[in-house]
Amino acid sequence: MLRYILGKLALIIPTFIGITILAFGFVRILPGDPVLVLAGERGLSPERHTALMHQFGFDLPIWQQYLTYLTNILGGDFGTSFSTKTPVLRDFLIRFPATVELAIFAMIFAVILGVAAGIFAAIRRGSWFDQLTMGTALAGYSMPIFWWGLLLIIVFSGTLHWTPVSGRIDLLYFFKPVTGFMTIDSLISGQKGAFRSALSHLILPTIVLGTIPLAVIARQTRSAMLEVLGEDYVRTARAKGLAPRRVIGLHAFRNALIPVVTTIGLQVGTLLTGAILTESIFSWPGIGKWMIDAISKRDYFTVQGGLLLIALIVMSVNLIVDVLYAVINPRIRAN
Amino acid sequence: MKKKLTFAAALLAASVLGGVANAKTLVYCAEASPEGFDPAPYTAGQTFDASSRTVFNRLVEFDHGKTSVSPGLAESWTISDDGKEYIFKLRKGVKFAATDYFTPTRELNADDVVFSFQRQVDKAGPWFQYIPGIAYQYYNDQFGDNITKVEKVDDLTVKFTLKDPAITFIPTLGMDFASVVSKEYADKLQADKTPELFNQKPIGTGPFIFVDYQTDAAIRYKANPDYWGGKQKIDDLVFAITTDPAVRAQKLKAGECNIMSYPAPADIKGLQADANLKVDEQEGLNVGALMYNTQQKPFDDVRVRKALNMAINKKAIIDAVFQGAGQVAVNPIPPTMWSYNKEVKDDPYDPDAAKKLLADAGVKDLKMNVWAMPVSRPYMPNARRTAELIQADFAKVGVTVEIVSYDWGEYLKRASAVDHDGAVIVGWTGDNGDPDNFLGVLLSCASVGSNNRAEWCNKDFDALINKAKTVSDQAERTKLYEQAQVIFKEQAPWATLAHSKVFMPMQKTVSGFAMDPLGIHRFDGVDIAE
Repeated sequence: MLRYILGKLALIIPTFIGITILAFGFVRILPGDPVLVLAGERGLSPERHTALMHQFGFDLPIWQQYLTYLTNILGGDFGTSFSTKTPVLRDFLIRFPATVELAIFAMIFAVILGVAAGIFAAIRRGSWFDQLTMGTALAGYSMPIFWWGLLLIIVFSGTLHWTPVSGRIDLLYFFKPVTGFMTIDSLISGQKGAFRSALSHLILPTIVLGTIPLAVIARQTRSAMLEVLGEDYVRTARAKGLAPRRVIGLHAFRNALIPVVTTIGLQVGTLLTGAILTESIFSWPGIGKWMIDAISKRDYFTVQGGLLLIALIVMSVNLIVDVLYAVINPRIRAN
Repeated sequence: MKKKLTFAAALLAASVLGGVANAKTLVYCAEASPEGFDPAPYTAGQTFDASSRTVFNRLVEFDHGKTSVSPGLAESWTISDDGKEYIFKLRKGVKFAATDYFTPTRELNADDVVFSFQRQVDKAGPWFQYIPGIAYQYYNDQFGDNITKVEKVDDLTVKFTLKDPAITFIPTLGMDFASVVSKEYADKLQADKTPELFNQKPIGTGPFIFVDYQTDAAIRYKANPDYWGGKQKIDDLVFAITTDPAVRAQKLKAGECNIMSYPAPADIKGLQADANLKVDEQEGLNVGALMYNTQQKPFDDVRVRKALNMAINKKAIIDAVFQGAGQVAVNPIPPTMWSYNKEVKDDPYDPDAAKKLLADAGVKDLKMNVWAMPVSRPYMPNARRTAELIQADFAKVGVTVEIVSYDWGEYLKRASAVDHDGAVIVGWTGDNGDPDNFLGVLLSCASVGSNNRAEWCNKDFDALINKAKTVSDQAERTKLYEQAQVIFKEQAPWATLAHSKVFMPMQKTVSGFAMDPLGIHRFDGVDIAE
């Protein structure tokens, strides 16, 4: 087991270097002179231009820029935002809890509904429920997120007034963040109605962010269940007269779980990229919105640092999933 | 004992709830997060809305909804005969805000004013780079090294000495970067070794006091009870940061905010139709134009420029590109600016006359470049589309257009070069409301090769705007600028295309909000009916 984990860890190093090159290269491939872009219509004197190029290190040879960049990252310095002049890592950490909170809710939503729908669709294979679920899942998978979010806002917030339009909590409530998780902080604050308000603000973004993972998980659960249900040991279990609930719950589902767990792990990446659009629509102050703002402002260093941090998180989650996978499935360990 | 506690709790709850019920709160759906709360190192409008216009004051203040200025922290001033010395008398008894993070021990004095300017030029001082990497871009752009000295004469008197007289000096002092900050607060933060708080927890003399900022979500202020201009009618002001314009519109409709900035053009009709809302509108302080390279053949011939101007159907551009959020520009300065010459008539849209004029000028089968800027600006939301419309218009008079574009930084650099090829779509947004900020910056001989992208140097025009810079009487300056606009139209270095229109939707219960030609969102003087 330890060897397995070490092997996975060793793989991370080249991946990490690859990602740093991508994040670094991406910003440099973008055409144009970043300093001139920053100055805009107002223009810039040649002296000021040279000074700024020097200040940002753009006048150094490219390999030297990369080495400086890599050394800084290893020292925990992910650069400084062009526009706010604050450290990128600090900007990231302030916003990260909001993203995590939303991602957790979206994941719970997607897993519960997705697994349940998948199981039922598999048991009733070919029924109208199966066809409806899988049709909906396909639609959900190809849903244009921005349009979907705006549609939900217009219907549920604008017309029916059931849910708030955007934000994390009603502005009436005001307390200092402790954990950064609004649901927890609202409870700590002890203000009446604050928790409820935080929850109600989570409903629409959770649905929007959870839609694609929900569709993927439902489809994956269904096909994994179908595969397992056709196995000999399931037939044996049935033959010896076990109740259908036990056959499905104990024998089939546990074995179908392995590919489902992998899928769920992979969806973390989807949640982080999905957060970019979802957070923009719902004014959710997380890293997705932060990245979009940085791109529109051409804040190169924030984009570069943010990309890398997000990639690091996805990598870590994948590592955890790999390990979990080995824990659930002894065959992997043996290989 | 238990009873007492319950009673105390009830009393507390009642007072808290009562406070909520009685406090008048205005919620503003703002379009973006501020870059920081020290206005001097930043350039974005949302930063100024959140810092300089709420928390701070300046020596002079722009009048509500106008480009003229009135006394602010300076009660009065005198200007020496050579126009190089300005002496300001400060208002007495102005208090800096007392908050849970700072309690001022003294009132505003000359030290604060000197510090506010000095810190932006004193390269050796601790405040020049108190956040590593900051630059005082506005100070540099506006003053350069023209201010040679800022000195305290006595506690309530400050003297500025200039290298050269500058007619725009007073309105420039009304700009955001010239906000007056507290030296006492700066000294304290320096002693505490936490200078970065200067940019996170501002202390000013303004109409509102900063309370809290939740990153990317909300900024809270309360009315300054000791404000020298009197306490505001609202008690609390909240900026709800909502980047998507369609979502801002939904929030306004749902009553989650009382007023919003920059609606999407597509949403304006729906907002106007809502019975609870009203939508104010005003021309933006900007201009979008097609600037011919007047040093290049055949655009050095005024007849060619006039002919091309007559070939452009500007109304069609306003409809297609601005979707109503713009109006045809006649002069290079917008109608909200003082000295705008209403008598000037635009070249009529007349393709036949254009064709004839081109023939008179001996131009046949002209092929030219039209440059389309790659970014969207209020004065030019979609330059590519505009260029395509111009291409079609010019085709009708026998001119073949090739549309060219570059990355924004490259575009600006290339378009400034004196030998750039063809006509450039670009524009300008005003800084300080002074006509020189348009006419001088964009059309003077001195700015050929930089911001004068028509590379146009007309001696008569230049003489007028240079003279206007040396006289201080506004009526006289107005006359000079009016004449300059006549010459501009006759000589046609640009096809003036559009001024944007800015909309401000709000609930009908909101009163006292004045749209600002400088694009600032100010909430002093605003009230909300309960």
